[in-house]
Amino acid sequence: MADMVETTASGERSATAQSIRIGFLLAGLAALAVAPLFLYPVFLMKLLCFALFACAFNLLIGYTGLLSFGHAAFFGGAAYFTAHAVKEWHLTPELGILVGVLGAALLGLVIGFFAIRRQGIYFAMITLALAQMFYFFCLQAEFTKGEDGIQGVPRGHFLGLLDLSTSTNMYYFTLAVFLVGLLVIWRFVNSPFGMILKSIRENEQRAVSLGYSVQYYKLGAFVMSAALAGLAGGTKALVFQFATLTDVTWQMSGEVILMTLLGGIGTLIGPVFGAGLVVTLQHYLATSDFPVTIVTGVVFMACVLLFRRGLVGEFYASRLGRRLGFAYRR
Amino acid sequence: MGALLQVADLHAWYGESHVLHGVDMTVGEGETITILGRNGVGKTTTLRTIMGIIRARKGEIRFAGRDMLSVPLHRTAHAGIGFVPEERGIFASLTVEENLTLPPVVADGGMPLEEIYDLFPNLLERRASQGTKLSGGEQQMLAMARILRTGVRLLILDEPTEGLAPVIVQRIGEVLQKLKARGMTILLVEQNFRFASRIADRFYLMEHGRMVADFPVAELPDRMTTLNKVLGV
Repeated sequence: MADMVETTASGERSATAQSIRIGFLLAGLAALAVAPLFLYPVFLMKLLCFALFACAFNLLIGYTGLLSFGHAAFFGGAAYFTAHAVKEWHLTPELGILVGVLGAALLGLVIGFFAIRRQGIYFAMITLALAQMFYFFCLQAEFTKGEDGIQGVPRGHFLGLLDLSTSTNMYYFTLAVFLVGLLVIWRFVNSPFGMILKSIRENEQRAVSLGYSVQYYKLGAFVMSAALAGLAGGTKALVFQFATLTDVTWQMSGEVILMTLLGGIGTLIGPVFGAGLVVTLQHYLATSDFPVTIVTGVVFMACVLLFRRGLVGEFYASRLGRRLGFAYRR
Repeated sequence: MGALLQVADLHAWYGESHVLHGVDMTVGEGETITILGRNGVGKTTTLRTIMGIIRARKGEIRFAGRDMLSVPLHRTAHAGIGFVPEERGIFASLTVEENLTLPPVVADGGMPLEEIYDLFPNLLERRASQGTKLSGGEQQMLAMARILRTGVRLLILDEPTEGLAPVIVQRIGEVLQKLKARGMTILLVEQNFRFASRIADRFYLMEHGRMVADFPVAELPDRMTTLNKVLGV
């Protein structure tokens, strides 16, 4: 995984540490494989979609150092595109998701094109403004059905073969999408392109004087992040069989920031845990009288005050984490 | 020897403050030039202005006949100028090898990775370590090494020996000698006289944002008295 590097000098110890890390990975995969036997599948699928969304967002903030405040546009936009493609054009689910991904990437290209011209808070404000414009577009446009949203989206058959209407099949489909998305992110972050992104995050001017036109790389990262957020959004539309305005609101953009911060910026799997925590809180507090937003707010404050690196980031930086060969490189 | 870098009447500003007052200098192909001067006379600024990091500039900078004033910073390296800043600019979140392979190759004739590792065995040993876990000397070597890979024709170094142990300084001197032998053109700012006199062909003396003297290394002993006075050492 991206966050693992060999830091221990003695071969034997690093070999043990590596097998423990692989053990973690296998245990995680096994847990995901058997999870629907113990937990409500729709909850798990929601969790996976948000986890992928947060990972996509982390690609931008964690590895490129750009804080986007408009990622809901890509997530919710892709949900609309996929829902529309599947319901009105009768595409198969994989093609529907592809439509969502491409739509989100295109949207990312447009929003990113304007946003990367500015830095810091101005960058965030431009993404927010453009995402709000997209929100009003979704509110007014014909195909989104306004306040009602696109409902009754059929899940269809994956590749025309596998019936996704049962929640078990849909769960494994979602899990596959999630793992593919994570693999793409891992590959991307560890590619030469990812190296350049990290150098931009760290010292933009230095990267420029080494000869890189950073705007081009920032835009590339932005589009990539938008496309992956679209992958998550499109899948979510199939899971819940609807696409609504909720997913394009600015609150959704804020939520994904919260998830990423809680889990650990700049770690590959941190956002997964962050999303897990937030979605779980929302799920179990939804039926209680206690307002969820207050709880997540308190959790967020605790995070900022007590463990700034996020859950996974703190673990990596801890003595145990370092012993296991994890490195929190920021 | 044709002039590779030609600087004429170069002015530069930090905001309102006018810091370079008409710098004139010529760097010939294959030459090694050292700029001397007291702190704050504009040595680093000269390098940064030539590189294009300081954009508020006026005058003439020609590199291999090409006007560099209109070249954006990210194209400067592609034109063939490599810069090793004083703070070295090693990326902390990348490993040594990633730091090495990060800069884009801009021309043929750069050193292949194996040759770089031959020149800097320390870096080979530590290639999987994080960039900032290196010692100061190793960081300096890494900062130089990664520019060598790119195939630039002019290497600009800002105080490469600052704060380093004598043995490392000597090592860096050897590396620069080797680069000179390969025909690399080198422009450096250096406080360390002895170090500079071993590698430089020519010196420029800078005061108040302009060059006040220019002499070959052979004249250095005769000028020591004046230099000591001007530099205040």
